[in-house]
Order: sequence, then structure tokens, then C-alpha cells
Amino acid sequence: MKTVYVDNNATTKVAPEVLEEMMPYFSELYGNPSSMHFFGGQVQKKVDEAREKVADFLGAEASEIVFTSCGTESDNAAILGTLDSYPEKHHLITTRVEHPAVGNLSTYLGRKGYRVTELSVDREGRLDLDELRESITEETTIVTVMYANNETGVIFPVEEVGEIVKAKGIPFHTDAVQAAGKISLNLKKSTVDMLSISGHKLHAPKGIGVLFIRKGTKFSPFLIGGHQEKGRRGGTENVPYIIGLGKACELAKKSLNEENTRVKALRDYLEAKLLEKIPNTLVNGDWKNRLPNTVSVSFEYVEGESILLLLSDLGICASSGSACTSGSLEPSHVLRAMGVPFTAAHGSIRFSLSVYNTKEEMDYIIEHLPPIIQRLRDISPFWKDYLKSQKKQ
Amino acid sequence: MWDYTEKVKDHFLNPRNVGEIENPDGVGEVGSLACGDALRLSFKLDEKKRINDAKFKTFGCASAIASSSALTEIIKGMTLEEAGKVTNQDIANYLGGLPEEKMHCSVMGREALEAAIANYRGEKVIKEDFEIVCKCFGVTDNEIIKAIRENNLKTIEQVTYYTKAGGGCGQCHPKIEALIERVRKEMEKEPPPVKPEKRKLTNIQKIKLIEETLGREIIPALKADGGDLDLIDIEGNKVLVALRGKCSFCPSSEFTLKQYVESKLREFVSDDIEVEEVRP
Repeated sequence: MKTVYVDNNATTKVAPEVLEEMMPYFSELYGNPSSMHFFGGQVQKKVDEAREKVADFLGAEASEIVFTSCGTESDNAAILGTLDSYPEKHHLITTRVEHPAVGNLSTYLGRKGYRVTELSVDREGRLDLDELRESITEETTIVTVMYANNETGVIFPVEEVGEIVKAKGIPFHTDAVQAAGKISLNLKKSTVDMLSISGHKLHAPKGIGVLFIRKGTKFSPFLIGGHQEKGRRGGTENVPYIIGLGKACELAKKSLNEENTRVKALRDYLEAKLLEKIPNTLVNGDWKNRLPNTVSVSFEYVEGESILLLLSDLGICASSGSACTSGSLEPSHVLRAMGVPFTAAHGSIRFSLSVYNTKEEMDYIIEHLPPIIQRLRDISPFWKDYLKSQKKQ
Repeated sequence: MWDYTEKVKDHFLNPRNVGEIENPDGVGEVGSLACGDALRLSFKLDEKKRINDAKFKTFGCASAIASSSALTEIIKGMTLEEAGKVTNQDIANYLGGLPEEKMHCSVMGREALEAAIANYRGEKVIKEDFEIVCKCFGVTDNEIIKAIRENNLKTIEQVTYYTKAGGGCGQCHPKIEALIERVRKEMEKEPPPVKPEKRKLTNIQKIKLIEETLGREIIPALKADGGDLDLIDIEGNKVLVALRGKCSFCPSSEFTLKQYVESKLREFVSDDIEVEEVRP
């Protein structure tokens, strides 16, 4: 069976070039970059190079790059590190649609006594900047707003948010895990103080992340230990993965144009054909401001897990915002925050593409998805009721 | 990914009895679009008042579709009295088990069946004297109490898995906890329920069931303690086994055998099983 992988917002394939770059640093050049001898020193050089590549990709300076173990660690380090730096303040502003790495941390902080403001989104998943303006107080410690949403691909106006936040002198963090590699991030001219990215979303392996900390930003380390990462993150550097991420960032910079042209065209093609071929289908999220690789579609009156398993049976790998897939009982917090009706929220499927996808793969999905939806609608008690109600009108 | 049994997958990919019976004798409908799953069950009786045909329509995940399909297969040929005794465990067992998080799918099946039988008898669906405990999913105290009793539930999490109650905002957790405490206290006072007679097994079915039970329930537990057990022979209700590993020279092996193996086999196979040890 062939595999059509369209779940790149979950994780991506490690680029062969990345893997090749990493391989020598496991059992040949395994020195510790902190060592005084030549054997460690040569590794230190490669780590520095990787840091330069990541910095170049983000429009940052190498000294502003801190390597972490994953996106979640970067988010936790940014938020907890800032709260720790301002112990007299107790207010956090975030959004209702964050990834759990920020969302669940905020809930936890709420239980610990912090005041947490979660900004709402409209039906298209967009923020209301006036709500943000009204939420900021003297007490506000940090504002953290994701760059782009993992489920819908909706891109937030991060620079506008940052302008409002920075005008009040408050630290601003953004979780850019889904944005990195898909849209251009230039931190040189940016209001962002801290930004998280994750390697495995841009063709580096799982287990490596980055926290960008702008020079002059107050920060207390989250992992306390050795002097690594200039004391901002203890622990021996994950050398092969850092080197892999450096390579992945170099490749991502080059493929950014392709993401926004060829990959976007594939996504648009898939989306248009599904809307054309399957009745009662809608696209979730701000149609204009979306990542070029992501589409969240809802098929009314059917349930997402069933769709996913039937797709999976044909080798097609996607994901769903339905309740049943996650083990929770309610559909995704993102779709609920947007007010997507239940008829559609339970039947939402996310396709997220990468540069490795082809038009043939899109055609394969377009051929096989309509009969799957029809089959499940034939089993669903609501579909016939819906058709009846349509006839009456 | 969910760890579904082959039987769940089969009933999901090839659901039996999909549809709606025309002029049915009974129809039951539970769940809603908002809840994320819903089941409409209809059945028709033959002249002997046995369920001649049963059909379902389901909106929901793979295990909801599989549970509905299994339900229709289970109740075909039953009288309404027999069907009324089908529990959610029966549905789950028919499918070779469901992930615990998905047990509410089997409960939905049992509820639809109850509603359909009530519909046939001209009764209103028995939702009276109830209080809605979970507002997110509209689950009543009666439904929660029933699930606690029938499935011997102990935690809020389990109640959520079986009934969905408490799976939304979480505000009802203290109420669920109080219900668990109350019902469990009541259960402790009550005499243990008389077990319904297990269905008559053919010899081949019995041997198979004994082997399955040994493999699933007993041997893994013995192995965890460094022991093992071989099935030597089955003579009527006598099960001859030989203990291996640590068990074979363990002074408490007699206890192990009598108390553990026998009680498990009695629970899963037949009440009159006797276990005997064969020494090499």
C-alpha cells in the first residue's frame, strides 16, 4: 500500500540531507563541545555553524539562539522564565486557541494563582486587537500569542500584536512552531522578544527545538545546570540534532518560495476539489491569512475518527479535530473557540502538506475521500434527516 | 492510534445491519450531534415475538459504529425479555473488548436498545425523577448510577469513559464523586448479585474458552511472579494443569491453583470447573 502523508503539521519527514549531515556526530565525532581537546573543539565548531544557520533563517543573531529539546520546552522556558524574572507581576495574556504547550501551561498557572486572560477569536479564528488592548494592565507579566494555528493554519497579526504589547513595555513571546519554514520570519525587524520553533516540523528530527531570546530580554533559565547555551539552558548539547536542525533551517530558507507557490497551489487544488465534489463541506479558518500548506475542512454529519481510519486504510495520513481521536470527548478547543457548529466540528479533517507532496497524491485523496464521506453519511442517522428537511424547504 | 481489536475493525469496516426498518416494532434513539455520537436502532419482531430483524444508523467514531453493528447481531433472535438483559459489557465482550476510553460507545448501544424496547411497549423513555449531572453532555444521575453499578466503576475518569459525564467543563466532578461514593456504599451493603447462569457450552467451545482464559487472565499473572502453567487435559469439568517455573516448587502453589486459577475459570468459563494439578 502506498503512503500519502499529509499530516505535516503533526510531524515531518527528516530530509535526507539533514540525516546525512547528522550521521557522523553519533559514533565518529562524538566529542563534547565543552571539552578542551581538539576532539570536542571540532564539534563545538559545527554547533556554532548550526547556530549561525538557525539565526540566519530567523533573521536573528547567533547569540540569541538557545537550543532546547522541543517546542514545548521552548514555550515553557519562555513563559516560566519571564514570570520568574518579574516575580512582582501576576498576569498572563494568551489566546483560546494555543497549542497545549502554552494552553495547558496557562491553565496550570491559573491554578497556581496567576490571573490568565485568554483572548477570544471570531468565527474565522481571528483575534480582536481591541480585546488585547483592554486586557493589558500594570500587572501583566507576559503576552504569548501563537504565530500560526496548528489546526486551521490561521496566521495571527503577530507584529501588530507585538506593537501593542511593546508600547506598554511588556515582554512578548510567540509560539512559531507551525509558522517556521512555511512563512517568512524576520526577527531583525520585529516586535517579538521570544519565539519558539520545533525541529521536527521543518524536516529536522524530533527532540530538538529553539528558543529565540532577543538581546536585552530579561530571562531566567528553566533548566538549571551547566554553562551551556550561555547559562540559559543547562544540559550537554544534543549535538547531532543541533547540526541536523542547522541543515534543516538552511534548506527551509531555500524552500520557502516553493512552500508559498507549489505547495500552496497543491493545497488550493485539494481544497477546491473537495469543496466541489463533496456537498456540505466547509473550510475552517480565515481563508486569506492561512499557512500555505494547511487546510482544515469539515464534512457535516459525519465523525472525524471514522473518516481518518477509512483514509488510513487507504494509506492516507491526515488528522482530525474531532473529539474521538484525542481521547477527549469534546471537539478541538480551536474549533470550539471559533464557534464552529457541532454538525461540522466533529467531522473536521486537517490536511497539512510539505514540499514532498505531489499532485498525484492530491488526486489520490480527491478520488478516495468523496466515497468515504458518502459511506459514512449513509450510516449516519442525521444525513437522511438533513436531506428530508432540505426537500421540505 | 487506538488499539482496536480485529473484531472492532471488522465491524467498523464491514458494519452489519446498517439502515432503518420500515414499519418497525420498536425504535430507540440516543445521543446527538452535539455529543459527537448518536445511534438510531430499529427492530421488528416475528410471530413468536422474537427479534427478527434489527438495523442501526450511527453517527460517531469507529467504536461507536462497531458497537452498534455488534448490538444488532447480538439481539437478533432474542425475545425482548432476553434483549432487555443485554449489558454494555456484553457488547464490548462481543467485540473482544473496547479501549476503556471508548466504553461509552457500548453504553450508548445498551441505552438505544432500552429506548427501543420501551418504545415497543409504549412506555415513555424512562427518564423520570432524574437530575442532569453533566450539563455538557446531558447525562443524568440515573445513567451514571447504572453505569457505576453495572461496570463496577471506581473513579471519575472511569465514569467519563463509560458515560461521557464529566468529559467537558469538569464542573460536575464533585457531584460524580459523591455519586460514586454513595453507590459504592450501597453496593457494599447489598448481597452479591446472583450470577446469571452461563450459557451452555459445547465441549469444543469449553476447551477453547478455557485455553483463552488461561492465556489471557491466568498465565500472564503467574509469569509476572516467575511461574507458568501448562494445560494438560480436560475431563468433563476437571481441568488438569501442570505448574512450571517458580510455581512448581512454590509451597503456596496449592493455594494458587485452588483460589486463583479455579476462580478465574469459574468466572469466565463455567461455575462447576475444578482444577487439579498433575505432577510430572
